[in-house]
Amino acid sequence: MRLSSIRGLTGDGAAAEAMRQIDPDLVAAYPITPQTEIVERFAQFAADGRVHTEFVTVESEHSALSACCGGAAAGGRVMTCTASQGLALMHEILYIAAANRLPIVMTTVNRTLSAPININADHSDTMGSRDCGWIQLYCLDAQEVYDLTIQAVRISEDLDVMLPVMVAMDGFLVSHDMERVELMDDGDVKAFVGTHEPTITLLDDDNPISIGAFVGPEYFFEHKIAQVRSLEASLHVIESVGAKFGERTGRFYGTMETYFLDDADVAFVALGSAAGNVRVAVDEMRAKGIKSGLLRIRSYRPFPMEQIKQALRNAKSVAVLDRAVSPGAPGAPLFSDVCTTLFGLENGPRLISVVYGLGGRDITPEMLLPVGDRLMDLANGKSTPMRQYLGLRE
Amino acid sequence: MRINRIANPAVLPTVEEIPLGGILGDGGNSVDYLTGMWRAQRPVFYRGRCTDCLLCWVACPDAAIALVSSEVQGVDKEHCKGCGICARVCPLEPKAIEMHEGGVYG
Repeated sequence: MRLSSIRGLTGDGAAAEAMRQIDPDLVAAYPITPQTEIVERFAQFAADGRVHTEFVTVESEHSALSACCGGAAAGGRVMTCTASQGLALMHEILYIAAANRLPIVMTTVNRTLSAPININADHSDTMGSRDCGWIQLYCLDAQEVYDLTIQAVRISEDLDVMLPVMVAMDGFLVSHDMERVELMDDGDVKAFVGTHEPTITLLDDDNPISIGAFVGPEYFFEHKIAQVRSLEASLHVIESVGAKFGERTGRFYGTMETYFLDDADVAFVALGSAAGNVRVAVDEMRAKGIKSGLLRIRSYRPFPMEQIKQALRNAKSVAVLDRAVSPGAPGAPLFSDVCTTLFGLENGPRLISVVYGLGGRDITPEMLLPVGDRLMDLANGKSTPMRQYLGLRE
Repeated sequence: MRINRIANPAVLPTVEEIPLGGILGDGGNSVDYLTGMWRAQRPVFYRGRCTDCLLCWVACPDAAIALVSSEVQGVDKEHCKGCGICARVCPLEPKAIEMHEGGVYG
């Protein structure tokens, strides 16, 4: 493993640095807190001539993603970034980018969707787009933002994938917190992402194509399910690119990460930065003799069902942590997906839902210890409420 | 890369055969989409009156006026939707194209 350099970078800074080293053909972006610093830094790189990127300042996020679709359709390597209301504003184009199989990498800084207006972290924005057909990767910290952004380029352009990728990080908690980040050399990043050899390009005169067709009911279903199956099949590419990244850097990635899960009686499932708090709570529980563990999912879409089933099958009880609600639904997003995954599993764990951290409400290891006690109750056959809003003043 | 033309539009492709991303691998294939099936009115062409000014040909939204050597031959019945624009723009009196009720010819 070669250690190139170590710098203090925020999540936004790490994303911008990865983008600089990737040096995409096109970035069309619009600022929104807490993503703004990514765009500001990248704009500075472009102004200073440190990248060759065509940097297009557009009038809205809807235009940003539309411009990115055009650039990707023309065979360019395209990146952008957004958050919250911006992601919501580009919502119709998200579906178009995925269904037209356009490799785009977009950093999404998780910030809650209004109303009320709140600029802090929760997952309502990316959860609101969980059906758009994009790959969604959730980062633990700034290091993961840097690493997954680089991997995302290779994942999205893989011929077995050809899908856009969202790399998500928690707003302010990761985007604006300074961390120790290990960086690769410029040359190493270029070697890892390779040159972009587009097979879909509007600029190929010898093979003229049209993108964005209209189809009738006699064709649509097959188009959509072909797209769905490609998203599901991209799980193995996320795994293999994560493994190759590990060979280059010593930091191994994949669809998920486990912490003391093998012999765990009780377990937590989480996305994003709160998993760091869960790890501390797991350590404290283990110190008290509770066999506790953590499953942190990186790839939320596609959902690694088989791996999750294997990882959780021996636990007696599991708390699924959601940083978003699905109003009126039987369960919060991640909880619902885990329930579906484990549905029908013989002697599987009992599940509870814990919604936390909405609008950036703080979560600490101390708050998780009582959840661990509830999981122990559940494991010992006692009943406990299935749903909890952790930190809510009731 | 499955960017390909659907070989025979009459045989509907399976999910494996459908072109990737709905990308059309060639041009001019809108000719396969037969839009003349739902006319409520039909244009009738009078060759004897026509002066080949070609205004109908320019204005037709479906490119359904057939020409040979810049002379109007008639209407492409498989693609004409019966909108009546051709009859509307014909500058002659009486017009060389008239709209008749009913979409089916003879």
